Amino acid sequence: MADETLDASGLNCPLPILKTKKALSKMDLGKVLDVISTDAGSVKDIEAFCNQTGNKLISTTEDAGKYIFTIERA
Amino acid sequence: MSDNNKMTIIATKGTFDWAFPPFIIASTGVAMDKEVTIFFTFYGLNLLLKDTSKLRVSPIGNPSMPMKMPFGPKWLQKIDFGPKIPNILWNIPGAESLVTWLMKKTMAKHGVAKIEELRSMCQEFDVKFIACEMTVELFGYSKDDFIDGVEFAGAATYFDEAADGDHHLYM
Repeated sequence: MADETLDASGLNCPLPILKTKKALSKMDLGKVLDVISTDAGSVKDIEAFCNQTGNKLISTTEDAGKYIFTIERA
Repeated sequence: MSDNNKMTIIATKGTFDWAFPPFIIASTGVAMDKEVTIFFTFYGLNLLLKDTSKLRVSPIGNPSMPMKMPFGPKWLQKIDFGPKIPNILWNIPGAESLVTWLMKKTMAKHGVAKIEELRSMCQEFDVKFIACEMTVELFGYSKDDFIDGVEFAGAATYFDEAADGDHHLYM
């Protein structure tokens, strides 16, 4: 279960990444954030973001055009 | 985070469309743990003005810009009017405002952030904004024309900012 959820539905690049960054920076280490996005580009981008920042991408799921990224703050 | 985490951008374009890339790349850079400085020079200074309502996208001499209607029936929205409209028609007064308005509508429909939103996000993320002092004077701007938090300096300051980084873009 995620500790926080960020709904970035309807937003386009780079807003999902910027909002994810802001949400994570307010969270404690080890806490889990769910990001909901409708931007198909965010599949690659969230992965790249986690690669560069060291945050852990636990899972990516897609359901009817909605992507849910589960990220652990590191 | 690597040691070389600094990044600089030189922003030289002052049209509505070209206002986006510097702010998008800069804010994303900070989100990716980079320390970012943007040096605004020549027409790029427009991106730092308090009043961004004068920023326009020009259809003249801009053959790569797709021109599709952001509303109306689906078949209409698919048509790219760009290559169909003779360039000479864009000289009609108001054409630039119309195209800018249509681009704003299209962006809103696609959930693209506004310039002001991206710009204030950059400032919130501590992106350093440097306005080229020489061009500020050259074009007769007053420092009050620009948003708060802008530093005024020259090319040497840009190099000082760029010295520790390995990621430098010209836009």
